[in-house]
Amino acid sequence: MTSHTSDPTAPTMVPEQVRPDDPEVLLEVEDLTVGFPTEDGLVQAVRGVSYQLRRGEALGIVGESGSGKSVSTLAVMGLLPKSARISGSAKVAGVEVLGLNDARMSQIRGNKIAMIFQDPLTSLNPVFTVGFQIAEAVQAHNDVSDEEAHKRAVELLDLVGIPFPEQRVHSYPHELSGGMRQRVVIAIAMANNPDVIIADEPTTALDVTVQAQVLEGLELARKETGAAMVLITHDLGVIAGHVDRVVVMYAGKLVESGTVDEIFYTPRMPYTIGLLGSLPRMDAAREARLSPILGTPPSLVNLPPGCPFAPRCPMAEQICREEEPALLPVDGGPHTAACHFTERLRGAKPGDLFRASYLDTQAVEAVAELEDQS
Amino acid sequence: MTTTSSAPASAASQTTGDGPVLSARNLVKHFPVRSKGLIKRRIGDVHAVCDVSLDLYPGETLGLVGESGCGKSTTARLLLNLIPVTSGSVFYQQRDLTTMTRSQLRPIRRDLQIVFQDPFASLDPRMTVSEIIAEPLRIHGLYANGGRQMVRDLLRTVGLNPEHANRYPHEFSGGQRQRIGVARALALRPKVMILDEPVSALDVSIQAGVLNLLEDLQRELNLAYLFVSHDLSVVRHIAGRVAVMYLGRIVEVAPTEQLFTQAAHPYTQALISAIPLPDPRKERSRQRILLTGDVPSPVNPPSGCRFRTRCPKFANQLSETERQRCVEEVPALVDRGEGHPTACHYAEARRLL
Repeated sequence: MTSHTSDPTAPTMVPEQVRPDDPEVLLEVEDLTVGFPTEDGLVQAVRGVSYQLRRGEALGIVGESGSGKSVSTLAVMGLLPKSARISGSAKVAGVEVLGLNDARMSQIRGNKIAMIFQDPLTSLNPVFTVGFQIAEAVQAHNDVSDEEAHKRAVELLDLVGIPFPEQRVHSYPHELSGGMRQRVVIAIAMANNPDVIIADEPTTALDVTVQAQVLEGLELARKETGAAMVLITHDLGVIAGHVDRVVVMYAGKLVESGTVDEIFYTPRMPYTIGLLGSLPRMDAAREARLSPILGTPPSLVNLPPGCPFAPRCPMAEQICREEEPALLPVDGGPHTAACHFTERLRGAKPGDLFRASYLDTQAVEAVAELEDQS
Repeated sequence: MTTTSSAPASAASQTTGDGPVLSARNLVKHFPVRSKGLIKRRIGDVHAVCDVSLDLYPGETLGLVGESGCGKSTTARLLLNLIPVTSGSVFYQQRDLTTMTRSQLRPIRRDLQIVFQDPFASLDPRMTVSEIIAEPLRIHGLYANGGRQMVRDLLRTVGLNPEHANRYPHEFSGGQRQRIGVARALALRPKVMILDEPVSALDVSIQAGVLNLLEDLQRELNLAYLFVSHDLSVVRHIAGRVAVMYLGRIVEVAPTEQLFTQAAHPYTQALISAIPLPDPRKERSRQRILLTGDVPSPVNPPSGCRFRTRCPKFANQLSETERQRCVEEVPALVDRGEGHPTACHYAEARRLL
């Protein structure tokens, strides 16, 4: 909680003004920044992120690798290395969690807020049975007998759709397939009926048919516990089907936030539009050319001033290179977008903005120029 | 491998006089499973690829899709004889690659190139980009004759700046590295490119650029692609024909449009219905065919139809006598009145999108 506000110029807007003591708000992140000191300078992984999550709601966080989507949630869970410089505020059910010591945090972690990671093989302990590991999670926060905890483990396995739970409870992680392991992790996450479940790329390592099963398990877990969920993924298809609201992250910041329909049907930020345009779609004409976003995301060390997307943006103008746009409401909100030209983007299609080209040369040169200048 | 007479995954109707540029017949690959301990006895086989036949025509893209462990990458490597086959043959220009020696193969390798999935592992970190792209030219003795210019042209072709030729792979992003891999494969002007999950490691915004590049190159150079991928939406975008693999066997082959509108094999149907669409309204109203369980072990694959252990049709619709056939008889890959070959005794076309 030592405040290291890296970017005081950029104001962060809270999308919806809610009374701070609203009991329905289970997770409230405000102006969260995370930096990692390195030899080259401070890596500004998260630069002022604010969002809220209400009871029963599912929020999707979308972004490319390195956009800070995982780091922002790891900060909330208190799982970042000690060297990380964190500032801002994150409240879980009204309790400030940033800066808590490990003992206090352990009471909240797994109890009020739980997390599901991408790779189930590394999040499970290979030398204990899955039943033991679920029971461990139950007993960490509840004073129950081993027998009761075991019973609860079987119950949870059944709930996430694992066949023959009475037998599977005695299996070791390596005896289960990838999809089943991930369902065990989901069972552990929901063991204490948490208020918030954070799922970080829960199905990225899985095949599509197994992904469908696991997502089904996740839906069941949510229904059963009534938990709010944060779903982090780069897969826009998964986001479309499983969340109510979406925030889009780019270079450590939220660049757009809205309901899932607003983001998919009326995006107002060039990056979101580009992301949708670069996706091969099962439901579109096959002949349609994809429109990629040229160039690469910026380095988060020594970010140049202005909009971080400007070097890749087809409609960037002088102001974009000088001033970073704030996340402001469009059409009266609650849909918000961070672009100087949101007005111009009304009804814009990916093809209007991005050329369906493959040439990366220009972008490479532009980036090289920027590098030379800095 | 003479017992089964499966139909090759060919599209006889679409050939325009030319035969296939590359064709595989009854490919089989078993990997030995050895016991633990000092003396490693062979205790079984992983049946990675079983009786796969396919034809690749000039200028077309054949998509090969399936889940992890279905043998699609092994098939790709068998086609180039990068790993020896257990049985079966691969024909290129009327010659069987599987019976040729390394030195006999070398001139043919010019025409058959591969692009690997991971652009971080497939480029030598200690070579500059120009050395990487020049290496195939040097090996085939073509570098002396204007090689430098060729490397520059290749870099430009794949959309990179020729001035960056002296940089090392780590200085490039994933998408750019994959372009370097494509440039290297293009250096010898191949006729066939095997693309093994070429965009799976890339972010979507970058992936689109590489897909567009591959499409443009194909049009300009009349390349034949075998596009191996687990991502059906990418395959639907780029491929003209698609072969679906499950546990070492091809279960369905069809022109792309037909496969996605009239999938007849229950596995293909489940695969298509499992893909999330980036469209919230459609996604909310969609019905999913959920498969139960996981892919069985390829060491001991199920008898008869290999999909029967997870098949929703087998579990819910078939009578006891009908099921008997699935258990006993391997379904051949033939046209069962659906307009394309399907390896299911009870194939039935369904529209899912």
